[in-house]
Amino acid sequence: MAKAKTKTPKPEELAKIDYSPPEKHWTEVPVEFRPGTYCYGARPKYLEEVDMPNPREWQPYEDDWKLPENWKEIVLEGMEDRLNKYRTFRLFMDICVRCGACADKCHFFIGSGDPKNMPVLRAELVRSVYRKYFTTGGKLFGKKAGARELTMDVFKEWWYYFYQCTECRRCSVFCPYGIDTAEITIMGRELTNLLGCNTDWIAGPVANCYHKGNHLGLEPHTIQSNIEMMCDDIEEITGIRIEPTFNRKGAEILFVTPSGDLFGVPGVYTCMGYLMLFHELGLDYTWSTYASEGGNFGFFTSNEMARRLHYKIYAEAKRLGVKWILGGECGHMWRLIHQYLDTWWGPADFLEVPKSPITGTVFENAKSTKMVHVVEFTADLIRHGKLKLDPSRNDHLRVTFHDSCNTSRGMGFFEEPRYVIKNVCNHFYEMPENTIREKTFCCGSGSGLNASENMEIRMRGGFPRANAVRHVNQKYGVNMLANVCAIDRAALTTLMQYWVPDVEVCGVHELVGNALVMTGETERTMDLRLEELPGKEEEEEDV
Amino acid sequence: MATIEFQGKQIEVDEEGYLQNLDDWSPELANYMAQQDGLELTDEHWEIINFLRDYYNKYQIAPMIKILVKEIKKTMGPDKGNTKYLYQLFPDGPAKQACRYAGLPKPTGCV
Repeated sequence: MAKAKTKTPKPEELAKIDYSPPEKHWTEVPVEFRPGTYCYGARPKYLEEVDMPNPREWQPYEDDWKLPENWKEIVLEGMEDRLNKYRTFRLFMDICVRCGACADKCHFFIGSGDPKNMPVLRAELVRSVYRKYFTTGGKLFGKKAGARELTMDVFKEWWYYFYQCTECRRCSVFCPYGIDTAEITIMGRELTNLLGCNTDWIAGPVANCYHKGNHLGLEPHTIQSNIEMMCDDIEEITGIRIEPTFNRKGAEILFVTPSGDLFGVPGVYTCMGYLMLFHELGLDYTWSTYASEGGNFGFFTSNEMARRLHYKIYAEAKRLGVKWILGGECGHMWRLIHQYLDTWWGPADFLEVPKSPITGTVFENAKSTKMVHVVEFTADLIRHGKLKLDPSRNDHLRVTFHDSCNTSRGMGFFEEPRYVIKNVCNHFYEMPENTIREKTFCCGSGSGLNASENMEIRMRGGFPRANAVRHVNQKYGVNMLANVCAIDRAALTTLMQYWVPDVEVCGVHELVGNALVMTGETERTMDLRLEELPGKEEEEEDV
Repeated sequence: MATIEFQGKQIEVDEEGYLQNLDDWSPELANYMAQQDGLELTDEHWEIINFLRDYYNKYQIAPMIKILVKEIKKTMGPDKGNTKYLYQLFPDGPAKQACRYAGLPKPTGCV
């Protein structure tokens, strides 16, 4: 029988966070799979589709995880391989001095009070096993040297906490040694995948992406139909009919965005913004129904899977013969492009260094990857005075900006989104300094944790972010939380409904679309959500 | 594997009660699933369920709620083409509850 549905506790209850540590030593506190705090196990069909090991029906709350008999050997061998392959992994295993600077920086610790969500202790879950099998001290002195055996309980504990870390890397900003705990989680997840222990919410999108080109499994005609629906709305709002092209060979630019922008609200409004902007510019670009995903849930599975799924964007660019690639508002897509692409696939030499056909700006920062972030592209247009903007059309919004973990800490992308927002909106307010830019707080649902069965832990993990939004909501009346990531657009919407219900969520290009004065447009009376623009009805009365 | 017993058969469902094999679906099963939730499916419910199934056949995915509302509005008028009406029919949300009765899988990814 399916498990009974879990009700997420009310915000008042969840806000009572218990920070008192358990009475026993942490190694003696076994993991508890409490509904609402973990994701379901990956279905066998998803693992089979991408040749992952040990496909079977299993759930984390069950005693028997149906692992192969030699599971321990497989994990330890996998660990050894990775210690040899990734110098960072070995270094991060060795150098922590347990100073605790990271302890209270993790959103999951702040929101849950669970000490194993302190990055130092989360990493210690692996370090203790590393010491036992890979260091002389640990081999000789065991427990006294902080070493412990890899047992089934330890493996389950790994699983629980590695799929409760969003790999956001906020802790690493504060680590005096620069230890990147996300790297440890990434390695930990790789090891769980050697035994077929992924979550269903990650494995599903991986399989979909491999077969159909995007996480949602949207078919080509579905993509086209959804975009046409957006064009219908744009026509209703502006009187202008946009006719984008798909899979067009010889286009100058290939545009790729996360598939959430093609399907969910508010992602589709961001997408309408892209469509309007590109139309107004007369940009020679094409959509692809094959490379129809900017994101890569393979990255939440293993580096190998990420590498495998990642290349389709470039294969498609090559097939279509475009000059360069423009990428949409996505988070982890940019971390991959910026920090992994060259290592995995080398520079994309068959493409040209991106050059804006409108301003002539050459994007030197993308000379190896040949891929430019759409917000960067738009910021450059505004800087050169190429867009006619009417920010008063966003006057009903008081906007703040959430830095996505991956674009901020993964590529230092701080100024461009703010520059764009300030040019298209009259009311912009920053959240407190220690919650933005490189110190931004995670949405609580990144790295594939945006499922529905783990809602309690998502709301706990998102609590610090929500708290900062609430602050500007109360202080300045902020009612719109802008961001540049598709997971954010989906996850923050749920988070706001839970913690700060009068704040809505949007992508930056939705704001651009609202403000963009298009050639031949009718007078705007609605925003991109088809909601009446306040003030417009008054004006009509005056006339 | 979670199952529901229906007409002497074990039907496989996922942890949230969505059908694993879409071929297992029948109108009787939909009625049965609704009854388990204490809901009696009326003609109004069936209008939506049938729409979802037709859409799925064509597009291989459940429609996003925006499209659902828009299409219902187009074919059945503004009285029915609005979120409030759909939530009245399916209190757990049209995207989740109606799709479950219609035998469709839940979308995944950045949504």
